[in-house]
Amino acid sequence: MITKRIIPCLDIRDGRVVKGTNFQGIQDIADPVEMAKYYNESGADELVFYDITASVEQRKLFTDILRDVASQIFIPLTVGGGIHTVDDFDRVLKCGADKVSVNSGAIKNPDLIYEAAKKYGNQCVVLSMDVKRVDGQFIVFAKGGRENTGLDAIQWAKQGVQNGAGEIVLNSIDTDGVRNGFDLEMLDAIADVADVPIIASGGAGTMEHFAELFRHPAMDAGLAAGIFHSGEVKIWDLKQYLRSQGIEMRI
Amino acid sequence: MIAIIDYGVGNLFSLCSSLKMLGLEAEVTADPKKIKGADRIILPGVGAFGDAIEKLRATGLVEPLTEEVKKGKPLLGICLGMQLLFEKSFEYGEHDGLGYLKGKICNLADDIQTGLKVPEMGWNSLHFIKKEHPLLRYIQEGDYVYYVHSYYAKNCAESLVAVSDYEVEVPGIVGYKNVMGTQFHPEKSGAVGLSILKAFSEIQ
Repeated sequence: MITKRIIPCLDIRDGRVVKGTNFQGIQDIADPVEMAKYYNESGADELVFYDITASVEQRKLFTDILRDVASQIFIPLTVGGGIHTVDDFDRVLKCGADKVSVNSGAIKNPDLIYEAAKKYGNQCVVLSMDVKRVDGQFIVFAKGGRENTGLDAIQWAKQGVQNGAGEIVLNSIDTDGVRNGFDLEMLDAIADVADVPIIASGGAGTMEHFAELFRHPAMDAGLAAGIFHSGEVKIWDLKQYLRSQGIEMRI
Repeated sequence: MIAIIDYGVGNLFSLCSSLKMLGLEAEVTADPKKIKGADRIILPGVGAFGDAIEKLRATGLVEPLTEEVKKGKPLLGICLGMQLLFEKSFEYGEHDGLGYLKGKICNLADDIQTGLKVPEMGWNSLHFIKKEHPLLRYIQEGDYVYYVHSYYAKNCAESLVAVSDYEVEVPGIVGYKNVMGTQFHPEKSGAVGLSILKAFSEIQ
């Protein structure tokens, strides 16, 4: 059967991984290529590269790194950050990305998902959403969670799938960084209206949190950064543990 | 040299990188002479069947490809490239394929009764049907490979090499004589995928 997926996310700034701490066995923990290799060897099912740079020069550095990683590591790579146009899709796909995730870019230009899906196929377009509760309603936030867009998250997810998003990353601002478990209430509410794979993000602190997540059948993947980068949770151990809990894992 | 057929569909970055990693010489080409000169051929592809077969026909490469296949040159179709090897597809209408393998390409969603999502996207394990097939040389029963697809091959018992369980039996690897294919992406399936490409490169 198809497995659940474990996905580390690498935030890249100035050609370096942000938050890369406490690694054993790699010399340069902030080198994205070294880190990607480490994750590949430790059983990551996919990698997400998030470009948090702003300038044009840094963006070029990012695509150089992407090309370097993609020519050495043969698992699916998703790229996000700074994707505003179909040309941005083209730029990262040419450097070896398999999927491209859009967030603020799709909020500014709602046709972006449709246009990109038409050109590259739905499987290539990932809708990434930062979601926060406002007066009991799930609301989409933009600009790294700083700006309330007023968009209803459930409607936005529905619309995204209709326009051709082939996968959704749901990041809960309410649970992000708290390490007290994924936001299962929000995740289930959105998965209920979106018939595409759901990648859950925000709140993982322990291996048990992933087991809890995958007991919800609509959840396909768990994404995290800090707990993997810090070495608190090792992907290899996590996958062994999840398999012992009866959850299908690629080992 | 491995000729990777260029007909304007799909992203070939990873496929080229993975062959390079294996130390294999490969060239993305739409030149019939190079296809004739190659010792094996890969037919890649992503997207919709109708559009892809139309583009492939428009390049005029179907004839030289068929000629090489008849001569016994090893051919590997990947993902949509594998689907094109069959007789027919029912993706948005009805389209004739290359017809090198017996079988038809059908919508996964029509045959799935439980809540499994379509497209099938992710890692699934392989169950071997033809254990002696040369593509399986370096991999093990139960190894995982990466799938992204909404359609799958049916009525293809003659060419079944390995399958994956997605409520229905999804043909993961097919092969009949010198014509082979993988529904999953070997170039995205880690070490297992590289092993399959290596095995293909050694088939005589």
